Amino acid sequence: MAMTDVSSDRRDRRLAAPRAAVILLSLALLLTLAKPLLPAFLTRVPDGAVLPYDLWMQSLFDFIKDDLGLIHVTRAISAALEWLLDITANLLYGKNRWPHVGPIPWSAVAAVAAVTGYALGGARMAVLAGGTFVWVALIGQWDLAMQTMSVIAVAAPVAVLTGLLLGLAAWKFPRFERALMPFLAVLQTLPFFTYLLPAVIFFKVGPTAGCIATVAYAIPPMVLMTTLGLKAVSDEVVEAGKMSGSTRWQMLRHVYIPSARTELLVGVNQVIMLSLAMVVLTAFIGMPGLGAKLLSLMNSLKLGRSFEIGVTIVLIAVTLDRCSKAWVIKQPQHFERGTPWWKRNGLLLTGIGAFVAFVILAQIVQVADHITRAQDLSMGAEIDDVIRAILSNGVVTSITEWLRWFLITWVLIPFRNALLWLPTPAVILAIAAAGHAVGGWRSSLTAGAFFAIVALTGWWDRSIITLYAVISAVILAAMIGLPLGILAARRKKWAEPILLVCDTAQTFPSFIYLIPAIMLFGVNDVSVVFAIFIFATVPLMRYTIEGIRAVPEELLEAADMSGATRRQKLVNVQLPLALPTMAVGFNQAIMFAFFMVIIAAFIGTQDLGQELQKTLAGNQLGKNFVLGICVALMALSFDHIIMRWSANQRRKLGV
Amino acid sequence: MRKITTYLGSVASVLVAAGAVQADSSDPIIIPIHNWSSQIVMSNVVGQMFETMGNHVEYVTTDSQAVYESVRLGDVSLELEVWEGAFGASFRAALEKGGLHDAGTHNAVTREDWWYPMWTKEACPGLPDWQALNECAAAFATPETGDKGRFLGGPVDWLKHDQERVDALGMNFVVVNAGSAAALWAEIGAAEAEKKPIVLFNWTPNFAEAVWPGEFVNFPTWEEGCNEDAAVGPNPDVTYDCGNPANGYLKIAAWDGMKEKWPDAYAALTKISFTNAQIAEMAKLVDVDEMEPEDAAAEWLAANESVWKPWVE
Repeated sequence: MAMTDVSSDRRDRRLAAPRAAVILLSLALLLTLAKPLLPAFLTRVPDGAVLPYDLWMQSLFDFIKDDLGLIHVTRAISAALEWLLDITANLLYGKNRWPHVGPIPWSAVAAVAAVTGYALGGARMAVLAGGTFVWVALIGQWDLAMQTMSVIAVAAPVAVLTGLLLGLAAWKFPRFERALMPFLAVLQTLPFFTYLLPAVIFFKVGPTAGCIATVAYAIPPMVLMTTLGLKAVSDEVVEAGKMSGSTRWQMLRHVYIPSARTELLVGVNQVIMLSLAMVVLTAFIGMPGLGAKLLSLMNSLKLGRSFEIGVTIVLIAVTLDRCSKAWVIKQPQHFERGTPWWKRNGLLLTGIGAFVAFVILAQIVQVADHITRAQDLSMGAEIDDVIRAILSNGVVTSITEWLRWFLITWVLIPFRNALLWLPTPAVILAIAAAGHAVGGWRSSLTAGAFFAIVALTGWWDRSIITLYAVISAVILAAMIGLPLGILAARRKKWAEPILLVCDTAQTFPSFIYLIPAIMLFGVNDVSVVFAIFIFATVPLMRYTIEGIRAVPEELLEAADMSGATRRQKLVNVQLPLALPTMAVGFNQAIMFAFFMVIIAAFIGTQDLGQELQKTLAGNQLGKNFVLGICVALMALSFDHIIMRWSANQRRKLGV
Repeated sequence: MRKITTYLGSVASVLVAAGAVQADSSDPIIIPIHNWSSQIVMSNVVGQMFETMGNHVEYVTTDSQAVYESVRLGDVSLELEVWEGAFGASFRAALEKGGLHDAGTHNAVTREDWWYPMWTKEACPGLPDWQALNECAAAFATPETGDKGRFLGGPVDWLKHDQERVDALGMNFVVVNAGSAAALWAEIGAAEAEKKPIVLFNWTPNFAEAVWPGEFVNFPTWEEGCNEDAAVGPNPDVTYDCGNPANGYLKIAAWDGMKEKWPDAYAALTKISFTNAQIAEMAKLVDVDEMEPEDAAAEWLAANESVWKPWVE
């Protein structure tokens, strides 16, 4: 009895939900239509109602920093980090610090990488890992790459460990989890420019600030995957552990963590990828190496050598990604009783042997130790010519010029003006309606309130321009990414190469896109949308492919048996089932777009990114934070609505 | 002449101070480097100079606006290129907060203003006069700007007043702000292929002069107070009706603690003064000759001993 009551109650509510959403949406429409008649305070928040939040934030920062003395705490942390960073810096590129043994010769590092690759994934992985390091050395970027790695070698483990501890705490104490999750969500959506000033002030400009910004950016997935993995440990395993009389520590060490191994390693993989994504951006706050070099090369328009650095970053990312994924799949190896120790640790010994051999070789042969500028194989100047020839090719420029004219005059500017024309309350109501449709009053209030806060900060027009670039780029990405994803998912042969392109596009430093985008389309919104589009298409394609591939085989067979054509199978079976996963991809695309739209300030925009860039000139921490929160809140509203919808769909489909 | 006496004065006072306190600290002097070549090479030049004096030097890459906060806190020890136009505001804000000071001015003068590459003259032969530029505004039109000409400005955080000038002089131009120096170069690079006319923000000393020959637009000459007092400048009713100063400063900023921690290096720092030609040469070694910054610095030091040796003695 009780059961049916609950379900009918739920059904009632679900029926009621759309009705309220429709009312909210009609209100929004009404306001829009009545705009010419509306009083000014109903179209925009009047200036008088905008309180000086930036000044309040500034005093709050000053209070926390100086009066509460947080700066002493953070400076102590950065001193500890600096000690670690000095060790890796000495080992990898010979910075003049304790323990004064480095730099390790490149050939020895490459040999160890190859052996590690072999241990994790056989000969193919050995070639990839060893080959990457050989490429880095031969192209003449060894020192730069090692400067980058010296920071990542500290940042990634710190992020993994801290993430693991936070994840454990969140799993143990649900209240802590509830407090932590919103914080993490904000951390992930806060634009990069907002990290920049606090990182420099609290953690000292240089590798330490770069390290901290990287950790802050990379930590959320580790926390999420840890709690997810630990929650999923099955009761039977836990019972077995308890029955064998494990202590709490033993339970954790020998039961929970090994059972959650896969999720934890996926978290590690994500941490590594996100750390590499920050390589260029953190160069603004003192991260040495590839990113800093890339920025200075781009400022003298050396496209060829920038491209080579991009290739290096992609190769390192792909290597680390594949190795850590191979580690996820690889199950612990068990030997028969009585196997001699050298056989158990054969690969470890090989690695040590190769390392020692190459270190000795490097003492005798200079090329094995380091490769000088005259010896490297960099082809920067030649690549430069090729890129320029393509970009200034007559056919290409006539197409891009037409596209630029068409998109600016007929699509982008009209769309932007239309969005700017909308009265503020209408936009807030429409967002609230969307919230209500997927998650009832709670979602409606959350999403609506987020946008209302943005309006109250007085940065509404800038926020809408930001939103306009995001929406335009994501629509374009959907128009191109979804068909490609569907095509790739249906032909096995296509899936692998397209996924590889996705990986490359995602790890290739976004800065490098900006220059060709400008050369093709000029400094305007087309370039901005184009740069966001490249970045946002990747998750859309990836999740579409994965969503369609994950449709259970039985359902496909059932469809075949009932005589469905390929088209019917796609439209009626595969797509509906893949839709929740595709929605996650769509959500990721929007999050990526919000990330990239701020970076696009380097092209030249009129949105929040431009205002954020301005705050750097005056060290206006308070205003910077207010602007950052505007971006985060808009991103979070979308995140909330789409993820809610995806979860609803999943529940309905019972997957 | 006044400059020389202040130099002598500061040298003398530093010499007295150097006699009184012990030698430089063995902690590394931290020199910030940014993302344009002349600054990177100059930083390496000065760093290697300090090294010949027995100091340890380390370089750290930073944002060129946020760096003043770091100098103030002593996280980095100095800043070698404080451009009046681009960084004057950040520098003055940091001066007010305290922690850093003006440690000298380069001989080089900087100019930041509207500029065009030479091929633009074909489409608009009356250049470099600003009224001639205004008459051929249509040649600079783009889809975004309609029938008005486009002026491509620098990033907004350089705090220029191009829009005010367009309004004050009643020009047929729309200001579009690029987001970075790289964006400016990309636009010139793209215009170069078809020799399209383009007018944009540029400055000297700069590597671009060597790659793309060009000229500054001649606006009404800068007069003191032009941006504040409407009476100054050709139009008596508005402000901002002049070009930018053609001789902006290029200063050196130092952390207040530097004088005590590294007295010898500080003394050398206050004597440093590079000329426009020297700065252009440093940039050229990297941008045109494709050398690495540290090698370029070593080469420059070897070729110019007579310039820098007196500074370190």
